[in-house]
Amino acid sequence: MPKVNFIAADGSTTCCSAQVGDTVMQTAMAHGIDDIVAECGGSMMCATCHCYVDEAWQAKTGPRVDGEDDLLECASSEVRPASRLSCQIRLTPELDGLVVHLPASQQ
Amino acid sequence: MIETTGLIEGHRRISPPKGVPSWDMDPYDEAVLRSPHAYYRELRRLGDVVYLPKYSVFAVGRYEVTRTVFSDHQHFVSSRGVGLDDFKIAKPWREPSIILEADPPEHTRTRKVMARALSPRSVKNLENLFLQVAEALVDEVIAKGAIDGVAELAELFPTRVFPLAVGMKDANTRYLVDYGAMVFNAGGPDNALRRRGMQLAGEIVPWITTACTRERLEDEGLGAMIYQAADADDISVKEAAMLVRSFLSAGVDTTVTGIGNALWCFAQFPDQWEKLKADHSLLRPAFEEVLRLTSPVHTFARTAGCDTEIAGMPVEEGSKVLCVLGSANLDPDKWADPDRFDIERRPVGHMAFGAGIHGCVGQNLARGELQALLSVMLQKIDRIELAGEAVWRPNNGIHALDRLPLRIIPK
Repeated sequence: MPKVNFIAADGSTTCCSAQVGDTVMQTAMAHGIDDIVAECGGSMMCATCHCYVDEAWQAKTGPRVDGEDDLLECASSEVRPASRLSCQIRLTPELDGLVVHLPASQQ
Repeated sequence: MIETTGLIEGHRRISPPKGVPSWDMDPYDEAVLRSPHAYYRELRRLGDVVYLPKYSVFAVGRYEVTRTVFSDHQHFVSSRGVGLDDFKIAKPWREPSIILEADPPEHTRTRKVMARALSPRSVKNLENLFLQVAEALVDEVIAKGAIDGVAELAELFPTRVFPLAVGMKDANTRYLVDYGAMVFNAGGPDNALRRRGMQLAGEIVPWITTACTRERLEDEGLGAMIYQAADADDISVKEAAMLVRSFLSAGVDTTVTGIGNALWCFAQFPDQWEKLKADHSLLRPAFEEVLRLTSPVHTFARTAGCDTEIAGMPVEEGSKVLCVLGSANLDPDKWADPDRFDIERRPVGHMAFGAGIHGCVGQNLARGELQALLSVMLQKIDRIELAGEAVWRPNNGIHALDRLPLRIIPK
């Protein structure tokens, strides 16, 4: 069972057990991580599940998917090279220990 | 009922595999459409997948399986129609939508154009327009005091803002509302609802087709954005007209229903209105809960594009599967105390906007409209009270109110 570490804008960390095949967004929802809103539920329509993938993990999470850039343009917090929509990062055993940073606001 | 050898309601008759429960009922019976909760409960109780001999279709209504089938565009296609007609066999009643009734790779291209036009930023740009229209409308209903929440509020808001947002030169409230209702009724069997809708088609469809042409659109607005994609050669001009038609098919009757259902929820559960008054940050999650509880689009079908399976049961190519979104949204295995309207629930993953690549492309617009209207109501209205019986209006695809007598008590 992979673990995902969510680091909030204030620095507090929550470590969550996830299911392989779930997305980072679904993991956040299952554990009540309020800094991920995920209004559209994963249809890549809303940009409210924005996260920054920790530098050490960027190679493993891979590049943004087709269409993700368009949505990130609409994110309410600053978009950086590390920005991803957490609904588009699917967990594999290799992502055990993944660290993502959360923006201060999603809407 | 249309029935020729081997065909039923425009699709091929199937023989259900052993082990799939068969249930002799009509989900499109008007009484069921008005009050579907007992149907939903029994559908979920019977199993992951149920066979309905009346129309020779499968139906799914448990949350997990409904979500799985509905998101699985590889096995369960949309290009053969999202109602009972199989477009591979039956002639579609109108030229099929190039986004709703399409599969990848064609769908990917058109979807991208629509998603850009309806992005969160694009909707944000419409916020002031929505607020302005909401202010005027809420003042009107306050002045009236007693209203029909459907005709005098829910129908008026989208039909006022939508033509402005799209940039339509033609606006006919009745046609816009009836066209949406007709499109959704067309997804059902050849029953009285569908036939009544089809009778109006001769009058409304030519009006809709003309209203979608570039000449009938302003130089700015969502419609113009779609035609700009044609200028950039992302789509053809004909496709642009078809995508603008999709705005009109899917963007009016659905939001009318969403608003009507929201008014019904708050009139029915005044404690939740009070909670919202005390904490306006609950406004957006509250709308999600309205959608989960009332599922404005109650059913969409898919067609098995190949021999496949649902929950381990074999499903032959050409089988129609009713995905009963209204039932999935009330599944107690997914939602604790599912019949309770709880604006603090945050029901992420509800099926009211669908899921996967066909998830509602206009959902940001719907949320933007609701947010504007409800926020103005919260400023100006103390509470809304039911002033008579709420009456639901049967439709083969939409769960909407027909009448909602309300008393508006201003601040």
